[in-house]
Amino acid sequence: MMSVLMWRSCLSKLSLSGPRARALGLCTFFLWLPLSLTADEHRHSFELTTTCPAGFKLIEERRCKLNSLYDNYRSPHDSGVGGPRAGLPKIRDGFSPQVIDLGRYLFFDPLLSADNSIACSSCHDPDYGFADGLGRARGINNAVLDRSAPSLWNIGFFDTLLWDGSKSSLEEQLIGPLYADNEMGNRPDQLIADLRSNAIYQDLFTVAFGPGEIQLDQVYTAITAFESSLVSLNSRYDFYAHGLQTALSPSELEGLNVFRSFVSRCGECHTPPLFSNQEIAIIGVPEPKGRPFDPGAGASSGIPSQRGGFRVPSLRNIAKTAPYMHQGNFESLRDTVAFYNGGRGHAVPEDENLLIHWHIWDPDLREEELDRLVDFLHALTDEGFMPEIPKRLPSGLTPGRAMNRNNLTSR
Amino acid sequence: MIRKTILRGLCLKGLWLYCIAFSSLAVGATHEVKDGESIQAAVAKAKAGDTIKVFPGTYHETIYVDKDDISLIGIVENGEWPHLDGEKILNDAILYSGNGFSVEWFKITKYKGNAIMGQSGNNFSIRNNWVVDTGLYGIFPEFGHNGLIENNILSGIEDAAIYVGMSDYIDVRNNQVFDNVAGIEVENSRHVLVEGNVARNNTGGILVFITPGLPIKSSYDAIVRRNFVTNNNTPNFAIPGSLVAGIPSGTGILVMSGDKVVIEDNIITGNNTGGIIVTSGDFVTEVASDKDSDPHSDQVEIRNNVMFDNGNDPDGEMKLLMLSKFSTKGPDILAYQSATEKERGSCISRREAYRSYGLEEWADCDAPTVRAADAVASASDIGTTRQLTTKMLEAPADPRIITADAGGAEVVYNGICAGCHAYNVRLIGPPALVIQAQYGDDAQAIADYVAEPVRRRPDFPNMPPQGHISEEMRLLVAEYMLGLDG
Repeated sequence: MMSVLMWRSCLSKLSLSGPRARALGLCTFFLWLPLSLTADEHRHSFELTTTCPAGFKLIEERRCKLNSLYDNYRSPHDSGVGGPRAGLPKIRDGFSPQVIDLGRYLFFDPLLSADNSIACSSCHDPDYGFADGLGRARGINNAVLDRSAPSLWNIGFFDTLLWDGSKSSLEEQLIGPLYADNEMGNRPDQLIADLRSNAIYQDLFTVAFGPGEIQLDQVYTAITAFESSLVSLNSRYDFYAHGLQTALSPSELEGLNVFRSFVSRCGECHTPPLFSNQEIAIIGVPEPKGRPFDPGAGASSGIPSQRGGFRVPSLRNIAKTAPYMHQGNFESLRDTVAFYNGGRGHAVPEDENLLIHWHIWDPDLREEELDRLVDFLHALTDEGFMPEIPKRLPSGLTPGRAMNRNNLTSR
Repeated sequence: MIRKTILRGLCLKGLWLYCIAFSSLAVGATHEVKDGESIQAAVAKAKAGDTIKVFPGTYHETIYVDKDDISLIGIVENGEWPHLDGEKILNDAILYSGNGFSVEWFKITKYKGNAIMGQSGNNFSIRNNWVVDTGLYGIFPEFGHNGLIENNILSGIEDAAIYVGMSDYIDVRNNQVFDNVAGIEVENSRHVLVEGNVARNNTGGILVFITPGLPIKSSYDAIVRRNFVTNNNTPNFAIPGSLVAGIPSGTGILVMSGDKVVIEDNIITGNNTGGIIVTSGDFVTEVASDKDSDPHSDQVEIRNNVMFDNGNDPDGEMKLLMLSKFSTKGPDILAYQSATEKERGSCISRREAYRSYGLEEWADCDAPTVRAADAVASASDIGTTRQLTTKMLEAPADPRIITADAGGAEVVYNGICAGCHAYNVRLIGPPALVIQAQYGDDAQAIADYVAEPVRRRPDFPNMPPQGHISEEMRLLVAEYMLGLDG
């Protein structure tokens, strides 16, 4: 009797192929009842989860709120920067479990591109720290873009988006790749028509947003909701920050001390707890061979003094997202940290007069200090809240994945 | 008993910092470090409230304190100091992020970065340290609320000797800074009292700044009072590219983009470029601009400063500027901003006493005469800052801890546990429902298990140990988990 009750309770809250598909195993654990999908059940098999993503808690009115240990710290002026124990910037949360789950399907679904060839996840692949392992991202028809795909871990905390910092919300940002000719190449009318003609999506949007035809802003909201659920705040570094003195190895601690020293000054821009202060910084990295100089924020903001400036990226899960910088300028973390030790402006083209950031100087770090920095950066890895990649999509297409997956094992 | 009485007195008077510093001496353990031993090893052993006494000797270490309420006290014997020597190899002498940190009585020399640098530690006290050539900065609390920097002596620093960065409610009192590029710098900070310091023979004596491009954008409510700002004529030896590399040699007090800055009752003499310069951040051309920070210096009040012998040999651009005003001498006071100042609310007292430029649109403000009977603050001081004794907080700032109560338990559960344990569905670990069925109301068993988990379910991965959570908190979290109902 008990097990039957639990089985019922289980089923009522279960999505058979939602992000928690493995929960099926739990139900059979309670009642020895093999379940299999029939063709009739196909449409219903895409029910959206009623459970918030890992790290989020369901509060009133179907809203998921992030809970993190950083909630109990304040940051000066609610700036979201500080030392180890400072509050985070405000995250984009408050979406329902259903909207987030719908966003997950959309995020992985190549239906969103003009020729159904690529999805958001083609450049933001979970296996590559939600980047793609490439120096410059690849769009539709294998078009090579000008810049690298940034990691999406913790992107919900950012209100300065893209390498040049030109967008201030995820909704505003994602319109770019959806409709850019060389990215996903879609058009709003085609996107909405494709979604509306898909009965499963129509059902799912109704569950997530209520009755009515699918609207574009619902698409943007759902993808934003999913992206904002990608939270990484439980690395070994975090355990150290919260007070576990043994969480970091001696070499990682040495690296932390180099990182936060005013000699290296890493932590002055990659400010904990997000490891970014979200500011524009001009650091003067060398472009890859044969590539023209990228003016970065200087072009998008129209502020000449920001020429060559880029938004400071977060360093969380940085060990997962090689190569580095705005167009994969460095292959490894070791090469990247060595750049900062090379002297102020050492790689700036002769015909450029950049206002290099004052924190870029010649710290004269020893080789072993650079090694320790790399050790420390590896302690920022945490993918405990990794969402599940859908096994099937409402479109029937295969979830988009990074294009160089063949290289994955050799990395 | 006497100490207790004094303690109570100090606590009652609201001087909580002393109260905490001394009471921790009384209640915590004391760890002693002698020459040849490691200070960091003592820090590793120390618990909140403990004091580490360091005896005379030479220590080549970087000390980092990422726990709360640690006091690091040097013991000076017969004029012999505990000496932290970085040999120009080590980056920093002391890094702290813990709250309630105190450091006193150290001689610190030859580091590359800092003598003492704080990141986000609140309620700190840095006193009686002797700092010589520790690279970029001497004492540098960053992102801190509520702190005291007092009676330190610093020289030979190639940026700012005392640098209050992105901080609030800080007193900088009775320090002596000389032979540095910048003596005392208040940058992107609020509620700061700079009082009774000697700033001499630096490139610039005392600076109140906004640096653009930092995440905290404002600098306001600073009082620069009763300081001796003299002969700050040292040639600028800052590293090219740093912000202070642009400070003209011979600068007494410089306000750039700071708002509500009161400069009162100082003695400012012998600074060859100028005594007080108030300027606008948009004249700085070496740094990318920041649309979110206001470059103007607003509501500056200059009152009752004794100034003479300033501007004898103005540096570089100031020389050209003064020539354009038909003077070969630099000013006592120069306001040099890009916009009309009338509406910006600045004022000056006794303007006729000074050789000043650019103050035409400043209002007059009061500077009442102090009579002998008024040597302590009195009613006649209305309109001045004389009645104000500190910018520090009456009670300690939020110490940034996770409270060991039900609320804290919920935060810990959702922040850590919920990543693997949902209520009724299988994630990485078994659902809370299954754990409830297994443990009933035995929260202690869960609290013990999670500290050092052993694999019990072959179909689940190993649980990572959670011994970093205190025993008390683990129990609260286990109770929270057993009480979940959806």
